[in-house]
Amino acid sequence: MSANNDILLHVENLVMHFPIYRGVIRRQIGAVHAIDGISFDVRRGETLGLVGESGCGKTTTGRTILQLYKPTSGQVYYNGIDLVALKREEMRHMRREMQMIFQDPYASLNPRMTVKDIIAEPLVAHNAASGKEIQERVEQLLELVKMNPSFANRYPHEFSGGQRQRIGVARALALQPSFIVCDEPISALDVSIQAQVINLLEELQERLNLTYLFIAHDLSVVRHISSRVAVMYLGIFVELASRNDLYIKPLHPYTRALLSAVPIPDPVADAQRQRVILEGDVPSPVNPPSGCRFRTRCPIAEAFCAEKTPDFHEIKPGHFVACHFADRFL
Amino acid sequence: MPDLLLDVQGLETQFKTPDGIVHAVNGVSFGLKEGETLGLVGESGCGKTVTMMSILRLIASPPGKITAGKAFFLGKDLLQMTPEEIRHVRGGQIAMVFQDPMTSLNPVLTIGFQMEEQLMFHLGMTRKQAVIRSVELLEKVGIPRAKDRLPDYPHQFSGGMRQRVMIAMALSCDPQILIADEPTTALDVTIQAQIIELVKRLRDELGMTIIWITHDLGIIAGLAHRVIVMYGGFIIEEAPVKDLYAHPEHPYTIGLLGSLPRVDEKERHRLYSIEGLPPVLYALPQACPFAPRCKWALDQCWKENPKLELVSTDHRAACWVDTKTGKTRS
Repeated sequence: MSANNDILLHVENLVMHFPIYRGVIRRQIGAVHAIDGISFDVRRGETLGLVGESGCGKTTTGRTILQLYKPTSGQVYYNGIDLVALKREEMRHMRREMQMIFQDPYASLNPRMTVKDIIAEPLVAHNAASGKEIQERVEQLLELVKMNPSFANRYPHEFSGGQRQRIGVARALALQPSFIVCDEPISALDVSIQAQVINLLEELQERLNLTYLFIAHDLSVVRHISSRVAVMYLGIFVELASRNDLYIKPLHPYTRALLSAVPIPDPVADAQRQRVILEGDVPSPVNPPSGCRFRTRCPIAEAFCAEKTPDFHEIKPGHFVACHFADRFL
Repeated sequence: MPDLLLDVQGLETQFKTPDGIVHAVNGVSFGLKEGETLGLVGESGCGKTVTMMSILRLIASPPGKITAGKAFFLGKDLLQMTPEEIRHVRGGQIAMVFQDPMTSLNPVLTIGFQMEEQLMFHLGMTRKQAVIRSVELLEKVGIPRAKDRLPDYPHQFSGGMRQRVMIAMALSCDPQILIADEPTTALDVTIQAQIIELVKRLRDELGMTIIWITHDLGIIAGLAHRVIVMYGGFIIEEAPVKDLYAHPEHPYTIGLLGSLPRVDEKERHRLYSIEGLPPVLYALPQACPFAPRCKWALDQCWKENPKLELVSTDHRAACWVDTKTGKTRS
């Protein structure tokens, strides 16, 4: 791996299959193809948005990158170091650098721990601070996420969803990481609270020079926060481009359909849009379609698409797409 | 007014909780014209669902109680009907579709049985007639091989298909009003688009009157004719859809629209965020319930809760302040 200084994270042909066992002797009868060979870079200081429908593998991607799952094959290079090859203890050390913010602020905070203990836990686990230092760090972190430091001795149930998510952000920041996987950090929050958390994440990125992998199913939010966006479908990347390229000139038929399905909060603009309504549901990842995975729902699919799997190729500088007919929309 | 299909006047609903009495709906009045689609918008806890549940007398009592109000449907007050009378209205003349199709269908009964039961109860059909009608209905909502699907159980359908079944059931007695409570919130965007297209098509074919409850201002923009915005159990704004999005009058509506990232957003800009949290009202407020979060709040706003009043043609808002001048309305 060449040490390109712009690139913080390089993912190479990552595959994550979850085996399915059945019967008394627990024989493996198949596998869920959660991620089926994805390659991409995350640049230093950027926000890479990752969108897709439920079950497409976006959360698995985030978790596999952080080595919370052992990938079936493939490499994840962080600053040039292959995380997959690291030993447990070495990986533990690397975790200081990379943290995660979870979707559900109700489930991701231990209800029996005080806010102080929750935020201090990573500091203690990594021996990053002790004694009085911890108290000071916790107070600093609470201020950083715009919460009153005097809340440190309260319990999670005393806070609203938005405030809990701030606590989750403070915990993720405790070890001063450079890279954060934000896994649907605002989907569980109310509309007026979502904007508060988005603005906070943007401010923190600027102040602390953070790099985000921002996973979400809400395409409007992803457009707002990301510098580049990747679209996932059934375990593979179908398109990756800068936010404006992807949203203004999407090349993959799935991206086009996905974007046209998002409602716009403006009756005039909404009425003027052309809609592509997809038929049917996402096929099962246990037995994905042959050739192009999107062909079963694709409005422009031809017989050829069932035979040959399209490469995820760079169709123009910085714009990657996996479709045989992407040049039609160029 | 005789041309109103549904006429709700001064509805109040309260819940007894260990922390005190929660005033969930506080004097809500609105009318529904035949053939119109009314959007009811607000964040969780604003009283939008409780309003509809109260009208249909689905509030569990205790802890809930409808303390005041009338709801005329075809000249009869729904709130004064006997349980037997309201049972015939519910599911018959007024039908409902709920958010989560998995919990609103009985998992141990087949789809066919659940559909036929309703037709036999409300329309007095025989089993044979009910089967034929069920197949017709399932075909109408776009379920392939409808006849073969009748013996299937709810878990054998995907989320989008289950919601289609719910819609088919709701339509089974040719209802005069369809109440849809967040019917697409649990679905992916491409499936959500399918369901919305379906509802629009059915609306045009059958001339249905619809009340669509949601927190998503995007969906409402493309669907409703008129929109009601609720906050803290009060209607705070009501207007025809284009007027509401083009000229929102209430600071809460303005804030809500400004806090939404848009999928057609060209330039990156900071989202407007409404600080603070929505209220839980343990007593009727002596001030405007939005005042603590409002950047326009004047002295007047802290002294008296504004009534919903006409601000322009067909456009009502409950606010003391004219947001264009920052002074009280003359």
